[in-house]
Parts: sequence; structure tokens; C-alpha cells
Amino acid sequence: MSLLGPSNDGAVGGRVHLGGRRRTLAEALHIDVPLLLLLLALSTISLMVLYSASGQNVDMIWRQALRLGVGFSILLALAQVNIASLKRWTPWLFGIGVGLLLAVLFAGETGKGAQRWLDLGLFRFQPSEMLKLAVPMMVAWHLSDHALPPRPRRLAMACLIIIVPTLLIAKQPDLGTALLVASAGVFILLFAGISWRLVFASSALLAAGAPVLWYFMHDYQRQRVLTFLNPEQDPLGAGYHIIQSKIAIGSGGLYGKGWLNGTQSQLNFLPERSTDFIFAAYSEEFGFFGILLLLVVYLLVIVRGLLIAVQAQDTYSRLLAGGLVMTFFIYIFVNIGMVTGLLPVVGLPLPLVSYGGTSMVTLMAGFGILMSIHMHRKLLPR
Amino acid sequence: MSSPSALKDHFRETRLFNNRAVIALAVVIAMLLVLLTRLADLQILKHDTYSVLSDNNRVHIRAVPPTRGLIFDRHGVLLAENLPSYSLELVVERIDDLDATIAALRKLVNISDEDIRRFKKRLKRERRHKAVSLRSRLSDEEVARFAVNRHRFPGVDTVARLYRHYPQGSLGVHALGYVGRINEQELQRVDVANYEGTDFIGKTGLEKFYEDLLHGEVGVERVETNAQGRTLRILERSPPTPGLNLYLSLDVELQRIAETALGDNNGAVVAIDPTDGSVLALASTPTFDPNLFVGGIDSKSYNALRDSRDQPLFNRALRGRYPPGSTIKPFIGLAGLEYGLIDPSVSTYCQGWYMLDGDDRKYRDWKKTGHGPMNLSGAITQSCDVYFYDLALTLGIDRLSQFMEPFGFNDLTGIDISGELAGLIPSRAWKRRARHEPWYPGETLITGIGQGFFLTTPLQLATATATLAENGLQLRPRILAATEDPDSGERVWLPAVRNTTVPINDQANWDYIIRAMTQVVHGRRGTARRIARGAHYKIAGKTGTAQVFGIKQDEKYVAKDIAKKLRDHALFVGFAPVDNPRIAVAVVVENGGSGGAVAAPIARKVMDHYLAEVKLTETKAHTDTVAEGMP
Repeated sequence: MSLLGPSNDGAVGGRVHLGGRRRTLAEALHIDVPLLLLLLALSTISLMVLYSASGQNVDMIWRQALRLGVGFSILLALAQVNIASLKRWTPWLFGIGVGLLLAVLFAGETGKGAQRWLDLGLFRFQPSEMLKLAVPMMVAWHLSDHALPPRPRRLAMACLIIIVPTLLIAKQPDLGTALLVASAGVFILLFAGISWRLVFASSALLAAGAPVLWYFMHDYQRQRVLTFLNPEQDPLGAGYHIIQSKIAIGSGGLYGKGWLNGTQSQLNFLPERSTDFIFAAYSEEFGFFGILLLLVVYLLVIVRGLLIAVQAQDTYSRLLAGGLVMTFFIYIFVNIGMVTGLLPVVGLPLPLVSYGGTSMVTLMAGFGILMSIHMHRKLLPR
Repeated sequence: MSSPSALKDHFRETRLFNNRAVIALAVVIAMLLVLLTRLADLQILKHDTYSVLSDNNRVHIRAVPPTRGLIFDRHGVLLAENLPSYSLELVVERIDDLDATIAALRKLVNISDEDIRRFKKRLKRERRHKAVSLRSRLSDEEVARFAVNRHRFPGVDTVARLYRHYPQGSLGVHALGYVGRINEQELQRVDVANYEGTDFIGKTGLEKFYEDLLHGEVGVERVETNAQGRTLRILERSPPTPGLNLYLSLDVELQRIAETALGDNNGAVVAIDPTDGSVLALASTPTFDPNLFVGGIDSKSYNALRDSRDQPLFNRALRGRYPPGSTIKPFIGLAGLEYGLIDPSVSTYCQGWYMLDGDDRKYRDWKKTGHGPMNLSGAITQSCDVYFYDLALTLGIDRLSQFMEPFGFNDLTGIDISGELAGLIPSRAWKRRARHEPWYPGETLITGIGQGFFLTTPLQLATATATLAENGLQLRPRILAATEDPDSGERVWLPAVRNTTVPINDQANWDYIIRAMTQVVHGRRGTARRIARGAHYKIAGKTGTAQVFGIKQDEKYVAKDIAKKLRDHALFVGFAPVDNPRIAVAVVVENGGSGGAVAAPIARKVMDHYLAEVKLTETKAHTDTVAEGMP
């Protein structure tokens, strides 16, 4: 696998640091080159599809490019932070995050029918985004200095770390983010090696609890689920998104209609075509082969991320790396599943491709942490 | 690294983690395969289905209405054309709050309550998702104002359409007719598919009669629309076949002269070329502006037209049924001659009145003192009633009505203008059928002078006069001379159609009657002698005065008690030149009084203009090596 890169073949035999060898620029900047290239590839795809889906709106392209720039800056900045420092700051970060969630609950601003924003004067901030990182970090921190798999009491505490922010976010209400935050935490638990019996038992418990969840849902959330189950029941109302999205994808065929030639997106039939439904716009214009290419890039990102996790040198790093990678995958799976009508519409963007700022910043921060984990290893001969 | 638990086994933990990482990768790949399966299902297996759905989304079939044929007069003067205009159209299914939208539109575009009322009426019968016109013929300023605000009005758009325009205004309106919006009954008569996208249909006159020729065939185009329903581009188009252009035999200048000559009077003038039945002028006054009806006339204007005492909407030339009065006398005289009942050299004495045996009712002559001894020629020239009372009695009603029949007074002439009515030749059979009464001899007398039940339309009078001029050959009057394919410019001339031929017993009888009619105009005592002055050609004619109001035997005639409405109608029929008839004219002036004084001069003006024109073109045709014009 070329992904392993020229300087990262230590997974098998361990790495021998050649004292006389000069550090490359990438090493100096703590950049993992394969991962960076993959992220740049995704950014390029994003700008291309966005140009088409926005109806050749150059302003939107500039804004997205600016966001990508900010994202990569954050990535670079975090890559410089030693992972050990990050581990030290973890409880503080988590504490502040939960505090902010409480602040949003009482003093937050309402946007699109949900309280998610906190006005910090200069800019508006969505604390739930922060928790997407803070929760897995906190769970990893909580488990890292003890034997794995965790003992029941430790595990119960970890569950509490996951559940409290999840409920606070679900109450905003922002089901998509709540789901993401919860799964980020749960992935840490899975990587920590909790027994499969426990996993299946709690899954069964969750399935049984679904009707209870229904009871606590908002009307629009229930509507989304109903629409998912039968989109044709209201083809001009709630089901319109899914129907038009499926038409866009299906009509793309093997080779697609060609860039800028997607009738569903160019003629405004496809709603939310530059944000949550950008995958449908992409599928329409680039077809099945285009999708294969995109999914391969995503898969390579995940493979690279898992390799970083496997090569990480301490428990905190490897748990966090695994959790972050799998959260990234959840974005991909839920978004494509939703756009193709496999899953209900949950308002998650296609990572790094959809137009929009907040989730991209969080994702880039996540990749920054991954790079930090990988590039701050102590490379000693075994 | 502080380690509170000494039990940490790094090797075991690493193996456990690597194990989980491999499982994670396997799960990721499995789930990506699930997504790929789903995508393959949509994009490969169901690709065709979704392609169709996608095309259905963007591609709409739209009817392209054909351009209506133009109408020209015999000299190529434009009588009916199509002008582009913008109309404001709404697709209500795309509008959330219709009333609010209309209220907002009213701030930009002048929309009357009447417009809204008609829009709502149209809305009820239109199919769903079809654009319905709210206002037509927007001004340039209104179009611009809306264009700036268009984004505020989803489901509202301006659409360029052609509307019918009659550049001559009211001139010739009773011949041309007009178009108006198609209504429900009309939609049931026509081929609905062919009228998809067509707004207007011929409502009256020529426009109605030749609707099929004028309309053309609808075209179809496949257009790409966006989700808001706006058309973006045309993908495919099978163009409509435009309607045929019509060239009429009508002469606009002659028409203008006829209408001007009628002036403020209510009446009608019909001029026909007896050699081929071409209608040269067909006037009915008062007139109205057909352009009012095209966009939909407002009810106030319509009511004013409808309720006017002068009935401008009434087509007198085609539908006005008037007693022919004395204009029928040449025909009665001809009947007497052809049946061999009278010797033209024998005179009857006219003492000013006539009485039937066993009846003390006096049938008066229009001249109280009487005409003295009268032969047939004199009786026609001076319009002696007594002579014709006597002749009618000799003929009897059966022979009289039988003789009149082939001249067509009982039938439609078959003119190519919608709405024609037939006149009425009274007969025993008719009276029994219509009135359930027997025929009385006195009724025969007044039938002999064109009164009583006898009714003719001006068109029938002109046609019968033309028949007289052509020695019994009656050609169907028609106003359409040629059709023209607007694409190829190819013209097809219509042949003359024979209606009937009146059987002739003795040509000398016909010549005698025509000589007598010539005397009406050119004779010293002719009732229309005043129009002979200055004429460079000979006219054969007959004046007439039709009683509107029957004065009972013992009543006194007090002129001031009789409203103008009840005064006699003035009539004149005639043709010219006598030796080579080119034009036959019938004139009716309602409540005009005297035929010789009022109706005949109108006919003279029409004849003057037309014959001068004929002379001009014939001289020209003579000098030109290539003969052009109508066959």
C-alpha cells in the first residue's frame, strides 16, 4: 500500500530513527503527507461539485475555499500541539464544552427552529460541534490510564460522559449531532475492547427503547422518519427531497450526465443541492464511476486513519484516533444513506464536500489531532 | 507515565486494539459495499426508470398555437392582422396565496375588478397547472415593471402572445366579424387538441365562417423547464402550420363609400359583381369597433352596444328582414310576362286606389290622385301600385310565390359570412303552416307591391338583382376571392359557384323588364331619375318604400305622432352598366322615407366608384401585356 508512505513503514518492524538523517519539511511541520493529499483531493472535488451545484456561483466557491483555508490552518495548528498536552487539556475542554451546552440551553439563539447557537459577540458558535471532539477525547482520557478492557464501574462512568452531552444536544434539538457525539464516544468504547456480549445486549436494549425515543421526538423529527419510511406519501412536501434526490442519482447512470449538465441540480429540482444533498448532485453529473472514485478516496482516508491509530504509541492516542476516524465514516455513511433513501433525512453534511463551515472546522481539527498523534511519536528503536 | 494500575498489559492491549481496528475496517468496507449496492441499484438497474422521471421533471410538452391567417381586401389592403403583446399569466398551483398575489400585482400592473372576475371564471374551466391569463395586452411600462419584480411572484409570468387587430377599425365589421376568447360551447365544437394553446376563435362574420382556414394546425414543442416551471430552452419543435391568408373580393374603398353614404342612418348596402357573385361591399350601419371584442369587452361597453336602440351589433345586410316594397315590382312584372298574362302594350287605369269585389276596403296607390293609364313599363318606371294590385290578383298567390322561389328569397344565399338569415315569400302553404289561417285575396294584392308578409334581406335583394342582370343565372355571393399559403405564398383562387338558374320562357320578357328598370333611372318620370344626372353609364334600378307601420283604414296619418322609428324604409335595387352589368347593388335605409331620394343616391355613389375602378383596371389590363388580377 503506497499509503504507508516513504517514511511510515514502521508498522510492522518498528521504526529505526537514523540519527544523521535530516528531517523533511513535512516532518518539521508535523504533516502526514498521504492524509494531507487525500484531504486536498476531497477539497478539490468539493469545489468542483459546488461550482456546478450552486449554478456557477463564484461567490460561493470563494467562501468555501476560504473555509477550507481556515480548516487547513486549524489542522496545521493542531498538528503542532503535542498529543500529551492535548491529553492534559482534555478534562478542561470537556468541562467547558458541557458548560457551553448548558449556556446554549438557557441563553442560546434560535436558528431554524432549534437552539444551537451561542452568540459570542464576534461570531456565533455552535458548542455542540466542540463536543464532537471533546466527548471522544474525554472517554479516551477516562479509559486510557487503566487496564483495558475497562472494568464495569469505569465503563459506567464512561457511559455517563457520553450520555450527558448527548442528551443536552438532543434537547436543543439537534438529533444528527447528538447521534454523532454519542457514536464518537461509543466508538472509543468499542476500540477499548468492551465485550461483544455487552455490545449486542445494549444494541438490543436500544432497539427496544426506540418507541420511547419516538415519544420524545419533535414533530418534524417524527415527520422525517415517516417520510423516510414512505417518501411517496407526500411527493410535493416532505418526501420531495428524497424523491428528487433518488431521481438525480438514478438518472446519473454509470457515467453521469457530465459536469454542469445535471438537469436535476441545474434546474433546481434537487433541494439543498450544495449542502446536505450535494452527493446527489455529484452522482447525477459523475455517475457510478464518479461515486466509486469518491468512495475510494474516503476509504483511503479511513485506512490511513486506522493505520495511524494502530501505530499510535499510547492508549489515549490510539483510542482517540480510532474514534475520530470512525466518526468521519459515520458522516459518510449517514449522509449517503440519507441521500439514497436508505436512512431517514438527518441533516448531516457529506464530510469535506458539502458547503458549510462548522462541521468542516471540526473535521479538520480532528484530522489535525490525527496528524499530531502520528507525527509526535517517540521514534525509538525497540 | 504514571500508571495507577500495575495490571496494564501493553502487549495484550495492543493486540486487542489491532484486532478491533481490523474489525472496524471490515465493518467500514462492508457498509461501503451496502452503499455501493444501493447506488448500483439506483444508477444501473433502475437507471432507465429514473432517467424517464428526470426527463418528466424537466421536459414538458407544450402546444404551439398556429398564427392566424391575415385578411386582405381585393387590392391587398390589410383588414385583419396579428400583433404581439404581453399578457400576465398565473399558474395558481404554484401560488400560495392567490388573493395576496393579485393584490401585490395590482400595485405594478393595472388590473380591474372585471379582469379578476373573468380570470376567476377562466380559472374554473382550465386544467390544473395551466397558465391562466389575468391581464392581456400589457403596456411596455407594465411589462418592464413586472420584469423587475418577477422574482417576487413565483407562478406568475408575462407571456408574449399574438392578438388579433383590425387596422380598419369598424370599417367592414359586419363582413369581417371578429374573434374573441374561446368559450366552453365553442370548445366542444372544435378539435380540442388543435386548439390547445389557442386563445381566440372567430365569433362572427368571415372570421367565424372561415375559422378552419384561418386557424391552421397546432404545433408541439418539447421544452425544458426548471422546478419553478419557467421555460429554459426548447429541445424539439414540430412547428405549427399557420392559417391561410384570405384575399377578399371586398373593396375597402367601396366599403368606406357605402358606409359613409349611409351616414347616420341605420341601413345596409350590398354590392355584388353579378358575373361571379363576388361581394364588393357589404355595409350595415351603425357599426362598431371589432377590436373591442378581441381582448374581451368590458361589460359596460358591451351593454351599451347591446342595448343601443340603433342596434349596432345587428348585421342588417345579412339578417335584416325587410319588406321589399316596390323593389319587387320588376319581378312581379316579369312573372306576368313569363306566364303570358299581360300584354305590355295594354294599359290599366290607375285612379289612385283599387278595390276587390265584395270588399269595401280601398287598396291605395302611393299617389293619391292616381297615375292614369299605365302599361307595365310605366307602372315600373313610376312604381304604380294599382297596376301591380291588378297583376298580382291575375297571377294569384300560388303562381306569384312559385315564380319568386328561384330568385332565392326563401333561401339562404349561401354567402361565406356567418349568421345569414333567409327572407320569406308568403304562400298559402306557408300561412297555413305558420299562422294556421287561410289565405285572403287582399293579401295577394299587397304581396304584389312587396308588402304584407313578404320579407327579404338586403343581401337577397342584391343577389336577386344580380340574377336579373345575368338573365337568370344566379351565382352564390361570396366574399372570399383567394386563399394564400403564408409559407409558400401560393394563392388558390376560388371558382364561382352557381346557386340556380331561373328558367326563361322568352328572353324578350327579361329585356323588357330591364328596359323598364332603366327607365326608372333614366326616364323622364322615373322615380330614381335624380341619380341619372352626370352618370356616364346606364343604370337599371327600382326604388322601393317599405311600410313599417300599417295605417288602418280609418286612421289619419299624423306625421308628428309617428316616431322616426316607424317611418317607412327607403329601398333601392339596381345594376350597372345595363348592357354589360358589372355591379348589382341593394340599399336599405331604415326609416329613410323615399327610396328615390334617399336610397338611390347611395347606390349611385357605390356604382360610380366601382365602375371607375373597373374602367381603370381594364384600361390598364389592356395596355399591360401580362394580365393580372382576379379571374
